[in-house]
Amino acid sequence: MATEVTPEPTDEVLTRLQERFPGAVEAAPEPYEGLIVARDHLVDVATFLRDEMGYAYLSDVVGVDYPEEVNGLPPRFEVVYHLFRPVGGPLTLHVHADRENPVVPSLVPVFPSANFQEREAWDLVGIRFEGHPDLRRILLWDGFDGHPLRKDWHEVYYEEEKKPFGSRWPEGHPVMAESRTPLGRNLRYPPGWSPEDWRPTTDPWGYRPHDEVAEQKNPAMPVDRVVLNMGPHHPSTHGVLRLLATLEGERIQKLEPMLGFLHRCHEKIGERNTWLGNIPYTDRLDYVCSMTNNWPYVLAVEKLMGVEVPERAEYIRVIMGEFTRFLNHAVSVGFMCNDLGIYFTVMLYALEEREFILDLFEMTAGSRMMCNYMRFGGVAHDMTEEAVALARELAFERLPRFIDKVDAYLTENEIFRARTVGVGVLPPEQAVAYGCTGPLLRGSGVPYDIRRADPYSIYDEFDFEIITAPDGDVYSRYLVRLGEMRESLRILQQALNRLPDGPVMAGKKKATVKVPPGESYGRIEAPKGELGFYIVSDGSPNPYRYHIRAPSFVNLGVMGELCRGHLIADVVIILASIDITLGEVDR
Amino acid sequence: MPTRKRQLPEIPPELVGTVHVTPLDRIYNWARKRSLWPMFFGLACCAFEMVGTFAARFDPSRFGMEIMRASPRQADLLIVNGTVTKKMAPQVIRLYNQLPEPKYVLAMGACAISGGPFKEGYNVVSGIDKFIPVDVYIPGCPPRPEALMHGFLTIHARMERESVRDLRWYRKGEEVDTSVPVPELGPDLVDWRLAEQIEALQQPATDNQQPAE
Ligand code: SF4
Repeated sequence: MATEVTPEPTDEVLTRLQERFPGAVEAAPEPYEGLIVARDHLVDVATFLRDEMGYAYLSDVVGVDYPEEVNGLPPRFEVVYHLFRPVGGPLTLHVHADRENPVVPSLVPVFPSANFQEREAWDLVGIRFEGHPDLRRILLWDGFDGHPLRKDWHEVYYEEEKKPFGSRWPEGHPVMAESRTPLGRNLRYPPGWSPEDWRPTTDPWGYRPHDEVAEQKNPAMPVDRVVLNMGPHHPSTHGVLRLLATLEGERIQKLEPMLGFLHRCHEKIGERNTWLGNIPYTDRLDYVCSMTNNWPYVLAVEKLMGVEVPERAEYIRVIMGEFTRFLNHAVSVGFMCNDLGIYFTVMLYALEEREFILDLFEMTAGSRMMCNYMRFGGVAHDMTEEAVALARELAFERLPRFIDKVDAYLTENEIFRARTVGVGVLPPEQAVAYGCTGPLLRGSGVPYDIRRADPYSIYDEFDFEIITAPDGDVYSRYLVRLGEMRESLRILQQALNRLPDGPVMAGKKKATVKVPPGESYGRIEAPKGELGFYIVSDGSPNPYRYHIRAPSFVNLGVMGELCRGHLIADVVIILASIDITLGEVDR
Repeated sequence: MPTRKRQLPEIPPELVGTVHVTPLDRIYNWARKRSLWPMFFGLACCAFEMVGTFAARFDPSRFGMEIMRASPRQADLLIVNGTVTKKMAPQVIRLYNQLPEPKYVLAMGACAISGGPFKEGYNVVSGIDKFIPVDVYIPGCPPRPEALMHGFLTIHARMERESVRDLRWYRKGEEVDTSVPVPELGPDLVDWRLAEQIEALQQPATDNQQPAE
């Protein structure tokens, strides 16, 4: 990633693109950001941006449904791409598609990271990507009826367009959602569908492509290929991930993560919630690090609202964020050791530290896991003196000992190295192309960290290093995690030493906020990688569109490549080294 | 109690302190409740709090349940710890069916109880008790480890009330099948136990339609 490009604002990109592709690119009208690209030129424009202008990362692909005319733009489906280059800042591209028959060219040939995200947009919004190698549903199953994120699609328990709903006790007794549906369940079938005559023709569990691969035999190897299903109930998949692998002997021929077993309809519910009401939902995305989940969401909304965050609140956010990073990496190393067979030794140490950090969270936010702590313009509560004292003790004394302990046990450990060195190698070019972020990317030697590349909050005031390791294997990722824990403590020590006094909230606490119309994309370097929230506001008390770019989800896209040719026993370690949380993958 | 005590046999004086006499139910339940093996099974956020509960600070080995088994065949307690989605429901039910008797189910957290914060979601099952019988519900989002332990104690209390005489898994002759039909993924989750109702709903396609969206 040594491409040295001087920072250029969007206007200059626009000028260059207009020179090159006359008539294909225009600036998006107020209140939208970025550029509108003509559908037919999308692939060329993207290739040009990648090759000539250094936009190497495609962070986020999101489909938005606009069934009515807004801001002078016709009814349409829109695909919004968030591109990024290491130096020079982000770029937003909008592509419009027909409302009747939405088709957009696929960007997978240019950015492989678009693969899963385009599948998601097809699944949830129903935009077809032409030229996508494998456009199947990803979160829901093949055969599901409808595309839920379309504005005219309603759930079974649909009540009203927007929250807050009317009373659930209209006549003095509660009305359950169940009692309002004919089956008393969250179930609905298309008209005329009858279970008796139903002959399934779909492939809800996704076996078909694997069966095809398993059919083709390798002439050099007179063995049958086996399709192996791992999960969704498996102790090493960290939740409800399902891996489908085709094996030849013990080697992986094709491996595919099958997602959606924890798809909780986060985005659809988020569009109905009030702005503030979404903060507790973000906690439940990556449930290992709830504090850092609040952050990009409030950042995105603050951008639109234009509020200033008081300094003390920024410091507290950084403190909480770095404790969360520590917590995540500690637990992730612990889980990785579990998967290696170092059963529950390191994990128990990590969970012990977790308890102390959770105590701190509980002292400040009032809850152990689901903190619901950040607010637009600050944080919900101030840190008490007691909490600061505990934080100091942890950051200066207790947690460094933990890192030293893990370091002493694992880093030079013969068996640990034998299992991890050279396993699951991810070359840097591939990591960038697949949009990997976080320790997975830095473990491949790419020094990309949003805290430095696109600083948010007050990270530019701290002295810390971006840890990288050159080899791109599981061991490198472990080293990066260990190093990042140390750097987190360095940041924490600086922040705690300099923690200023003052208010923790800009203005008064409010139950409703006014968010001016527009779109914004807030992102932070979450422990697992780039966590981004794309929000569209139409000025109402609820988001119009609310999309999460989850690092685990995008990082998982490279899983199949990483495992190819490896032994089946290595799959769990590679998965653990990517470090995913299913709440975030499936949302 | 005093009447019960009188029925117990006398202990010869030389064995006092060595031999204790107690009803069979008591000793049976005492042994059972102290070796309840939970299944190592994680669904969502609550699962992580469960992992925290099973670590050093809260130490469930005090209740004889520190061993978690990933295989349903070796476990007798299913902790449904998180949101059950429609895509996951067939798997959860299959796991339940594979648990050997005696089996207990503990619904941990708002999601497992009713769908919780995600209840209105199109892919969310509103409560695992729509499919499988639940013994203990622990509210919370997520429940604190203390609450989970309270749930364990509640299960223990429940076991104490059971008697060898009327447990279904000791009944000879009348096999009770406690397994639940596994739903399938169609246009929506297809619960076969509802097949008739669905059929009835679809029949008069003109008047008794599904409610308008
Ligand atoms: S009850 Fe709350 S914490 Fe538990 S799985 Fe549901 S959302 Fe997560």
